Amino acid sequence: MSSLIGLILMGIGLLFDLFGCIGLVRLPDVYNRLQAATKCVTLGTCFLLSGVMVSEGVSALSVKALVCMIFILIISPTAAHAIARGAHLSGVKLWEGSVCDKYAEDREGKK
Amino acid sequence: MRRLTLFLISFLTWWLLTWPYDFSSGQMDWQSFALGIFAAGLVSLLFVSIFTKSPHKLFILKRYLWFLYYIPVFFYYCVKANLDVVYRVLHPKMPINPGIVKVRTKLKSESAITALCNSITLTPGTLSVDLTDDGYIYIHWINVTSQDTKKATEEIVTKFEKILERIFE
Repeated sequence: MSSLIGLILMGIGLLFDLFGCIGLVRLPDVYNRLQAATKCVTLGTCFLLSGVMVSEGVSALSVKALVCMIFILIISPTAAHAIARGAHLSGVKLWEGSVCDKYAEDREGKK
Repeated sequence: MRRLTLFLISFLTWWLLTWPYDFSSGQMDWQSFALGIFAAGLVSLLFVSIFTKSPHKLFILKRYLWFLYYIPVFFYYCVKANLDVVYRVLHPKMPINPGIVKVRTKLKSESAITALCNSITLTPGTLSVDLTDDGYIYIHWINVTSQDTKKATEEIVTKFEKILERIFE
């Protein structure tokens, strides 16, 4: 029974990962792509790891999966933040359909 | 005090990752245990400067209770964010309306702002890009509904700020 639930959780996780990858291909610019990549891949991977935890039961492996989950939840948004900031500072423009860019306006004002 | 807390945390992480104690036979892997003490000691000597400035906050139980309350709230918004992204990605016309807006936060401590930015990144359509010293965060929003700082703050930040204030401040 628990292995079945584990498999279902892993399936959901894989689906979210797949949608994240489709988003990575379809969306127009760096920032939108990062949105798809961080959200879907983080939750997808968390679902995968929780599937491992459920199918393993209480053991050393499931504790490791839990620790990995916490690390991913902290590290993935931080990395996305670093990439977005680096891209903007090195002059990557937003997609032409974008509505506003307060960040660029404020940085122009400071110079 | 900070060194000791950092030592305990890194040793706990080591313990969870290696798990030197075997439940079924009751045997302890002393080599792994000693190496863990050595590694945690090294970490607490070298990296104490980037550790939190006020470790006494780690020992207040009330914060952990609020954290337990925060987990389901965060999970709800995280799943919502994913369904939102899936909808936008699979829609043939891609209904996106992106832009970078500016929001203001009341939070002061470094760990609180870090947690807030990470939560913002993992929730519907928002990605934190940069923050200033006087408490403004620049956010890339996939579907901009208002460019005004106050309204954007209400929509993005307030729902997490209340809880995070009680956990980290």
